[in-house]
Amino acid sequence: MTEPDAIDQLTFEQALAELENIVQALEQDERPLEESLRLFARGQALLAHCTRLLEQAELQVRQLVGDDLQPWPGNDE
Amino acid sequence: MACKPATQEPRAAPNETTAGPAARPFALRATMDDERWVSLLDDFFSPPVWSVRELTAYIQDLLREANDLQDLWVRGEVTQVSQPRSGHLYFTLKEGDAVLRCVMWRPRAQRQARRFLPQEGQVVEAHGYVDVYPGGGTYQFYADVLRAVDAAGEAHLAFLRLKARLEAEGLFAAERKRPLPPYPRRIGVVTSATGAALRDILNTLRRRYPLAEVVLAASPVQGADAPQALAQALARLNQVARPDVIILARGGGSAEDLAAFNTEEVVRAVAASPAPVVTGVGHETDTTLVDFAADRRAPTPTAAAELVSPDQTELRVHLEQLAARLQRRMEHLLANAGLRLAQAERGLLQHDPRSRLQASAERLTRARLALPRALQRRVALARLRLQTLEHRLNQAIRRPLAVRRARLDGLAARLQAVHPYAPLQRGYALLTNDAGQVVRDAAQVQPGQRIHARLARGGLTARVERGWLHDPAGPRGALSPQPHPDEGANPP
Repeated sequence: MTEPDAIDQLTFEQALAELENIVQALEQDERPLEESLRLFARGQALLAHCTRLLEQAELQVRQLVGDDLQPWPGNDE
Repeated sequence: MACKPATQEPRAAPNETTAGPAARPFALRATMDDERWVSLLDDFFSPPVWSVRELTAYIQDLLREANDLQDLWVRGEVTQVSQPRSGHLYFTLKEGDAVLRCVMWRPRAQRQARRFLPQEGQVVEAHGYVDVYPGGGTYQFYADVLRAVDAAGEAHLAFLRLKARLEAEGLFAAERKRPLPPYPRRIGVVTSATGAALRDILNTLRRRYPLAEVVLAASPVQGADAPQALAQALARLNQVARPDVIILARGGGSAEDLAAFNTEEVVRAVAASPAPVVTGVGHETDTTLVDFAADRRAPTPTAAAELVSPDQTELRVHLEQLAARLQRRMEHLLANAGLRLAQAERGLLQHDPRSRLQASAERLTRARLALPRALQRRVALARLRLQTLEHRLNQAIRRPLAVRRARLDGLAARLQAVHPYAPLQRGYALLTNDAGQVVRDAAQVQPGQRIHARLARGGLTARVERGWLHDPAGPRGALSPQPHPDEGANPP
C-alpha cells in the first residue's frame, strides 16, 4: 500500500472505498499478521470517519447566480 | 368601356352657360378642345373602371380557377358559431390573428350534427372550398364536413415527429447513457426556484444523503421563455459549478405546462450536458422528450432525487456490515496466529539451533565430566600399578620417591593434554591430508588438495580453496610460495 492519506482529509466516498478494499483484502489474501493488524487499525479509523461524516453532514444548498454560487436562502415553509 | 361623365361636360361658368356657346364661340371652342384632349388622354392611360359586380365576378372566377382552393382541409380554432333558423351553420375558424369565415349549408349541417357540432374554442379541420360571398363582400369557406382535432392528439403527433427525428440523430441511444456517480459530492438542480419540485428534491436529499452539496440553477419551467431558460441553466450549471450529476425537474402539470420539456432546445441541452442528467418531470404517467435524452429518468422530482443519492440508512447498514466483517476477520486472523504461534513454538523447540546448541553443550559438559573421570580412573589404575611398581622399584632400585612421584604427575597431565578428542568436543577439528598426516601449518597444503577434518562426531572431506598464514590479515596474507618442509606426522 502506498502512503496512506490522512483519514480526516478523505471524502466519504474515498474513505468508504478504501474501507471496502481493506475488508476485501483482509478476507481474501494471506498477509503478514503485522500488516493485517495495521490494515485493521486503518479500517477502524476509516469506519469512524465515515460514521462521523454521516452524523455531522448537513445538506448544503447554493444557488447559481451569474458566475457565482451564492447561499440559498431556502424556501422551506 | 365606361367613360367619365364629368369630363364630358363643359366646365363653363354659369353666366357663360346661360350665354350659350354662340355668345363666345372662340373662347368656348378653345376650352372644349382642351377638355376633349385631356379626356381622351385619361381614357387612354387610366386603369379601367369596374362595376362592383364585374369585380366580384372576376375575383370569384380567380378563386374558382384555383384548384387547390376548391378541395381542401383547413384547420383552426372554432369561434363565433351560429345556426339561425335557416339551418345553415355559420362559424369562424381562427389561428392567432388570422380568421376565416365559414358556412355550412343546411343539409351538410344536419349531417354534421349527427357527429358533432363545432364548439367555441374547439380545434377542427373543415373540408370544403373557398369562394366569394358577394353579399358580404368577403371570401369565405364553404364547408361540407368537419372533423374534430384533438389538441392533445395534435401535440402528441408533433411530439412523435420530433421524437423520431431526434431518435434518428442518436440523441436517445442507449450507448449515450452514462452511469450515475454512486456518491455524488455536488448535485446540480435545474428547476423553478419556487416550485414544489425543488422543495421535494431538497427534502429528499436532506433525508437520504446530506453529505452532498446542492447547486440550484433556477429557471422558469413553463411559458414561452422556459425552453431557452432551461437550456441555458443546464449549460451554465455545467460550466460554472461542474456538478457530478444534474436533476432536471418540474412538478406535475397539464400537458401544456410540461411543453418546455418537449422542446428540441431543452432535449439538446440535456443530451449535451457533460454531467449526467436525471429527469423528474411531472407525474408518474408523464413522459417528456427530455426523459429520452436523459441518462436516467425518474417519474417524479422526488424519485429523481432518490435516484441520484445513496440512502444514508443503507449506508449505515453497509458500514455496520463492513465493521462486522473487519472484526470477524481480525478475530479469525488472531485466532489463527495464536494457533500458528503455538505450533511454531513447538517447532522451535525441536529445530531451534539454540536448542541444538544446548544439547551439544550438555553433551560437551557430560564429556568434560566423563573425560576426567575416565582419565582419573585410568590415572588411578596407572597410579595403582605405578604404586605397585613404585613399591617394587622402591624396593628394587631404591629411587627417591619424590622423583618418581613428580614424573608420575607430569605423565598424568600430559596424558590429559594430548588426548586428541578433547578439543574436538569444543568445536576444534583435526585436519589431516590424504596421507593421514596432521595439518598444522597452512603451508602444508596447496589449494585444490583434499583435506580431512575430524570432528567431535564424524568427519568431513573438503577441498582447500585458499590458505593464509596470518590470522589478522585473513585471506589476503597469501600462502608463501615455498612450502614448509613437512613436519613429521604426529598421529594421535
